Amino acid sequence: MIFNRVFIKPNAYFDSVVLMAVSRSLKELAGVEEAVLAMGTEMNKELLARVGLATAEALQATPNDLMVGIKANEAHVLEEAVALAGQKLKGQAQETGSETAKPRSLAGGLMSYPETNLVLISVPGLYAAREARRALEAGRHVMLFSDNVPLEEEIALKDLASQRGLLLMGPDCGTAIINGVPLGFANAVRQGSIGVVGASGTGTQEVTSIIHRLGAGVSQVIGTGGRDLSGAVAGRTTLAALEALGADPATRVIVVISKPPAREVARRVLDKLAGLGKPVVVHFLGGDQQEIEKRGLIAGRNLADTARKAVSLAQGLSIPVAEPPVPKQAAQREAAAMAPFQRWVRGLFGGGTLCDEAMFLLGPVTGGIFSNVAVDSRWQLPDPLVSKEHTMLDMGDDFFTVGRPHPMIEPVLRVSRLFQEAADPEVAVVLMDVVLGYGSHRDPAGVLAPAIAEAKETARLAGRYLSLVVSLCGTDQDPQNLAEQERQLAEAGALVLPTNAEAALLAAEIITQRTGGRNGE
Amino acid sequence: MSEINKLFNQPLQVLNLGTTHFYHELKTQGARVAHVDWQPPARGDARLLAALDILTGRPEVQSANEEAFARMMASRPMLTDMGLAGQVIPGMGERTLLHAGPPLTWDRMSGPMRGAVIGAILYEGWAKEPQAAETLASSGQISFRPCHEHQAVGPMAGLISPSMPVFIIENPVYGNRAYCTINEGLGKVLRYGAYSPEVLERLRWMAEVLAPALALGIRASGGIDLKALIAQSLHMGDECHNRNKAGTSLFIRTIAPHLVRAGVTGDALAGALEFMDRNDHFFLNLSMPFCKAVTDAAHGIANCTLVTAMCRNGTDFGIRVSGLPDRWFTAPAEKIKGLYFPGYSEEDANPDIGDSAITETAGIGGFAMAGAAAIVKFVGGTVSDAFRYTNSMYEITWGENLGFNIPYLNFRGTPTGIDITKVVNTGLLPIINTGIAHREPGVGQVGAGLVHPPRRCFEEALLALAAQIKEDNKC
Repeated sequence: MIFNRVFIKPNAYFDSVVLMAVSRSLKELAGVEEAVLAMGTEMNKELLARVGLATAEALQATPNDLMVGIKANEAHVLEEAVALAGQKLKGQAQETGSETAKPRSLAGGLMSYPETNLVLISVPGLYAAREARRALEAGRHVMLFSDNVPLEEEIALKDLASQRGLLLMGPDCGTAIINGVPLGFANAVRQGSIGVVGASGTGTQEVTSIIHRLGAGVSQVIGTGGRDLSGAVAGRTTLAALEALGADPATRVIVVISKPPAREVARRVLDKLAGLGKPVVVHFLGGDQQEIEKRGLIAGRNLADTARKAVSLAQGLSIPVAEPPVPKQAAQREAAAMAPFQRWVRGLFGGGTLCDEAMFLLGPVTGGIFSNVAVDSRWQLPDPLVSKEHTMLDMGDDFFTVGRPHPMIEPVLRVSRLFQEAADPEVAVVLMDVVLGYGSHRDPAGVLAPAIAEAKETARLAGRYLSLVVSLCGTDQDPQNLAEQERQLAEAGALVLPTNAEAALLAAEIITQRTGGRNGE
Repeated sequence: MSEINKLFNQPLQVLNLGTTHFYHELKTQGARVAHVDWQPPARGDARLLAALDILTGRPEVQSANEEAFARMMASRPMLTDMGLAGQVIPGMGERTLLHAGPPLTWDRMSGPMRGAVIGAILYEGWAKEPQAAETLASSGQISFRPCHEHQAVGPMAGLISPSMPVFIIENPVYGNRAYCTINEGLGKVLRYGAYSPEVLERLRWMAEVLAPALALGIRASGGIDLKALIAQSLHMGDECHNRNKAGTSLFIRTIAPHLVRAGVTGDALAGALEFMDRNDHFFLNLSMPFCKAVTDAAHGIANCTLVTAMCRNGTDFGIRVSGLPDRWFTAPAEKIKGLYFPGYSEEDANPDIGDSAITETAGIGGFAMAGAAAIVKFVGGTVSDAFRYTNSMYEITWGENLGFNIPYLNFRGTPTGIDITKVVNTGLLPIINTGIAHREPGVGQVGAGLVHPPRRCFEEALLALAAQIKEDNKC
């Protein structure tokens, strides 16, 4: 028997991380089957409906009301869970107890901490532009992590920032390192001479981590938000960032990472770069390298190559730099252990840019790849919950994260999908990324390694061999302990590669060895 | 050097607005970071947000508020005289009774307010016994008017009838005046709705003996500077709303020689000194009209978003906003969360009542709790609560008081000038220190505690002011 309880706490706002923590502690009670705590947005109501808890009362909730839905297998467990929820939420509300109340607004925060020079904003998108505008008006630089900010708001904010000479990173800026301080999702990277401007979060994490591993460091890492190089936004943040890095004596090499910009914007950005008088490496993911090279700038072939070239420039070494060789023997061993019907690669990514890059690198080898974030609509995965042939999933995409934490914060979200892929007899390789650093889960390998071992064991018992290829992005200064993470993943049987490109190319090589490539034709 | 390049050369100091996750991650690294306990502004209500957008950062609003705050700070209300209400309070007609709070009719009055009305009618001799007084009160022949609309204030029921003596406070800088009765003391008193013979007898003695004596002393003094007395009281543990021990003592010390010099002698002198000395709240009826004189000086400035009155009549809570001088914004008064005297509970409590929240409106009372640690237990809190109350009010006020400060906060000026845009934006409501009246007339005070005004008053005022500015600018 199942006992349900759904109730609303009107006008009670809690941030999603707090709600997740409460939900987790409710689920730890034996007998609690589901515990949803979410603000009453339309998306969250759908989430509640999905678990069968969308009562008439819940549907009345506004985005400022907290919805609580709990399912338990016994009446007393339900009561216990409801009581615990009340207690935990109250605890959150009364966290203070000190003499100085925590400020409740941006203005209050700036009054209490007038020395603030950067405001990090991650409030819901509906309110984000308003807060960012106030922060800029108050003369503070802004990192706007929030997404769902309308395009025209983004343009207006960036114009305001430009009038005031301030830095506005975002909206939808996930990664930055300013004055050596990692902000949002960012790795602990040594200070150095490479200035990075990135429109992508995990792409920037990949490049900066590799820079660190190669012994170099970064001066500043500036995020722009994913739309900055679109025709409409026209590189407003990128151009301001480049101007500042150009004038920054600590920056001797400049790196720009983005999806391919709008043509006119690319021209403007590249012209700007060519005029800075500093060595520049540009990587437009899946974009045209000639546009870059004809201006005398250096193009990165992939994220890792971009990092390697930047480090060579910073160290005064020669360009081009060789790609590391694909470990063909390892690929051969993996492929040889498989059953003849195993042929597909399945990518389960937490990093959107890492997913894109894997597709760009794998596609030419394996042929068409389905994805929930396919550029070409013909390859759009019809149902993101079911993989098809070669599939690459960005599991940080809205479809998977509504009402849930991002897989970089909660790696367990990828486990059930891993098992689903492992149960598919035609799957040959599962490709995953593990991104360390601040913002990310403290022990992703601790969650994923046992699941990887179990997935491989499931395949083995079914008379197959499942290959697990993992790219590990991070530095030895990250809070997770890079070496220990690598050891756990490798012990579980995963092939662990230091870059996303190498992992993707190894996966491609395994598929080639197994099927001869191009969808086995 | 550009602003961005300057940033590259400064230690990074982050203010985190949103998920606590990033705050904790920055803390872990040892970065310099502070966290805002962010809430959706204006509860996320689209109409309120639109109104906030109209008012926030608008230059004419900014300068109106600056003007209002400057007028509050420049005010220097002096106690100059006493007089009979009916003779000195403007617009006080024949059969008029002034009461605390926003406008109120007899049929909606709570127990203590009705009791006080009956007492005032008996005191005036308009009826001979309580039943007849009630009949008269409900007959429509009595004009009930808010004190606030007559430059007056009154604690609890706040009843002022024509032949009651009142203090006259003058604010020479702006030429406005404020009036208040003499505080009767605790126990069975008119302001809690008591109208027994002893209550009426005390009122008569106050009118016939006490007030004339005090008036002589006050005149002889040449005017008593209330601002100076309040500033000192705040340094002596009063917040001048729920604690008035220091203010009362200072007043006695100030007035005593003038009473003697003015020729008050014998029983009248002893009686006056004894009466003041036995009533720890004597000074409340001077701190309140002081605050009224200050906030009235800032009332009626076009486009101003500062609150000039918060008050309760036992049924409704009402506020006035400077930029909307003729309007009241009301909502049902709430019960007070507080400590009850032995034998009483929340069931016995009347909803919030009295004009005394004028003290918070002027930047003292609950807003100065950090300086009044001695009474935190009385309102059910701890010393750190007191600091937090005062600290949190800076977020909803326009400025820091130039005259009143708190030694324990490094002499920081008290948070002053409640701004409705800040209240609605943050969702933080003003904190009011107050006494709790019994819901039956005449029982008196049954406890004390803290109360917040209803949110609705501020939200409706905000919408009205935004609508007016929109209309004025046709925007």
